[in-house]
Amino acid sequence: MLLKTLSEAFGPTGFEDDVRNVIRGELDGRVDEMNTDVLGNLIAVKGAKKPGPKVMLDAHMDEVGLMIVQICDGGAESGLLKFRALGGIDPRVLVSKPVLIGPDRIPGVIGAKPVHLQAPEERQKPIPMDKLYIDIGAKDAADAKAVVKPGDAAVFATRYAEFGDRAAKGKSFDDRVGCALLVEAMQTEVPYPLYGAFTVQEEIGLRGARAAAYQIQPDIAIALEGTVCFDVVGAPSHGQSTVFGKGPALTVQDAQTIADRRFAEFMWETAKRHGIPVQWRRVKGGSNDFGAIHRVGKGIVGGSISVPVRYIHAPTQVVSLDDVENAGRLLRAVLQEIAEGSFTL
Amino acid sequence: MENHQPLLEQLMTTHAGPGFEGAVRDVIVPHLRSYAQAVQVDVMGNVVAQVAGCGEGRRPRVLLAAHMDEIALVVARIEAGGFLRVVQTGGFDPRTLVGQEVVVHARGGDLLAVVGSKPPHLTAPEERGKAAPLSDLYLDLAMPESAVRERVRIGDRVTLSRDVYLLRNRRLAGKSLDNRASIAILLETLHRLQQLIHQADVYAVATVQEEVGLRGAQTVGFAVQPDVAIAIDVTFGAFPGQAADESFALDAGPAISFGPNLHRKVFQRLVDVAERHRIPYQIELSQTPVGADANAFQVAGPGLAAALVGIPIRYMHTSVETGSYADIEQCARLLAHYIAELDMAQVEDLSCY
Repeated sequence: MLLKTLSEAFGPTGFEDDVRNVIRGELDGRVDEMNTDVLGNLIAVKGAKKPGPKVMLDAHMDEVGLMIVQICDGGAESGLLKFRALGGIDPRVLVSKPVLIGPDRIPGVIGAKPVHLQAPEERQKPIPMDKLYIDIGAKDAADAKAVVKPGDAAVFATRYAEFGDRAAKGKSFDDRVGCALLVEAMQTEVPYPLYGAFTVQEEIGLRGARAAAYQIQPDIAIALEGTVCFDVVGAPSHGQSTVFGKGPALTVQDAQTIADRRFAEFMWETAKRHGIPVQWRRVKGGSNDFGAIHRVGKGIVGGSISVPVRYIHAPTQVVSLDDVENAGRLLRAVLQEIAEGSFTL
Repeated sequence: MENHQPLLEQLMTTHAGPGFEGAVRDVIVPHLRSYAQAVQVDVMGNVVAQVAGCGEGRRPRVLLAAHMDEIALVVARIEAGGFLRVVQTGGFDPRTLVGQEVVVHARGGDLLAVVGSKPPHLTAPEERGKAAPLSDLYLDLAMPESAVRERVRIGDRVTLSRDVYLLRNRRLAGKSLDNRASIAILLETLHRLQQLIHQADVYAVATVQEEVGLRGAQTVGFAVQPDVAIAIDVTFGAFPGQAADESFALDAGPAISFGPNLHRKVFQRLVDVAERHRIPYQIELSQTPVGADANAFQVAGPGLAAALVGIPIRYMHTSVETGSYADIEQCARLLAHYIAELDMAQVEDLSCY
């Protein structure tokens, strides 16, 4: 299953190679051409010579991860690895998690001092990232250096599985769920040029998307994203952002974008016309690639379709498979309505 | 058979908390049967396997015990939206539960759940400095409330879900290495004993409910009333920020415990055996009764000569407990040789002060 393969692929921000290879393999022979650019974006193209409008779909390949910065030598630290975050990670989700490091996917664990040896006041404070280590089982620094080096990136070692009621858990649904939707969308037939940009480095500032949009110069762009969903016990309704299972979310405003009102309404109305559940994203924090794309060149019209992800940026993220499916349906309906001229530039 | 490591990996992904040790018991009983003449389960759920020694007349009787249970949670409340609140059975650091995958053992079958965490996007700076107590954490089954209420009951048990990770130097990481590592030691010891002649009758015991207060050990110690009762349990692996006398190096052999609650002659004998057989070992000092089955053994029935050995593991009571299989083997060597050398003269000497 593609979402499983993509979710389990190794792609911390700046190290998206594994994800890119999965996508390239999926789309091989199914699009007119695929190119990589100097940043590492993968751009798939269909019908470049067809009459406009030129449509760009975007999903980022990178995920939040860790980077090894030091291999400790001497004392009780000997052979343990110090790390820093690649992208936004709350240190509180790191404790007691396994990770995979570097090109050889060396397994390691992030542990903590046993509860038996802690003072009661210690338990009330999170363990800061600079007090955490990755343990690969090395006897000492030399033993660790045989397989790991500073600069190696790491990801959570979370396996994909379906559970609950039409739900799936896994790592990096932000934004492998978007990648899966985009791979699927690139296999639909539309009467206009369709560009699929699988971008790099979204998690450290929407960097790949900006360059990709400049190269493509689309008339319309849609970012496919995983977005914050916190509709859980005790969360005030204004802090939930999206509701799990209630369909893909459209953005009014986030930290980087004020939605093109006309395009957002067009997508909303398209969902309603096609009987697809849809919801508005109800926080103004966070952002996605469209925040970079719409400001490229002379400006680009479009928006984003987001799949609610519970525990986004944590080792185990949760999506509703209904939401994923409905995001795909909405995307296809929007592409079809664009073809039918329902949205005029 | 090469060793019991594949079995240990199986045991680490088997779920068995205090009072519901059945799944682990089911896995280990056939293995115990392959070494023992008789295997019985007592009313508490302890497994007692007997391996007879050789020789006529009164033979030394030695009990080796490893607890089967792992720390667990219990469903205390089903909240609106179908989220579960839990209380603990055994000591968790709630900070190690955030973002963790767990298994809810519901009547219709096991259900996977995720312990919730707030996304950084919605977390205010002042919240970042706080660690949530267990009462504020919740389990997400990704099911509507009605389905949750149909399938989950208050009192359903919950355990950690974690694959086993094979690290460098024969180290392995996962949940419940405390105390499945010692179950492996128990079996490795019986395996080695097959190659040795021993007078002692061996009672290889897998106990229940250690994590909530050494309860299985209390009854099995009374029932068997051995001459020597040795608990096998894990101790603290060295890690930055821990006191030196609470830190034991991995791959440096088993820790043999010394303290008022443990019989000093058994302790000394274990040390002597390790020295003579060139088995690496470390000494753990305790000033109070130990937090292991040996505590209960000492005061079972008329009082027993108790000892405590075990391997160091890092990150105890988390889902990534990390230990070395090499230490497991060294600990088994120590116990096998100790048992092979145990005779009635030593037993009689235990009461001579």
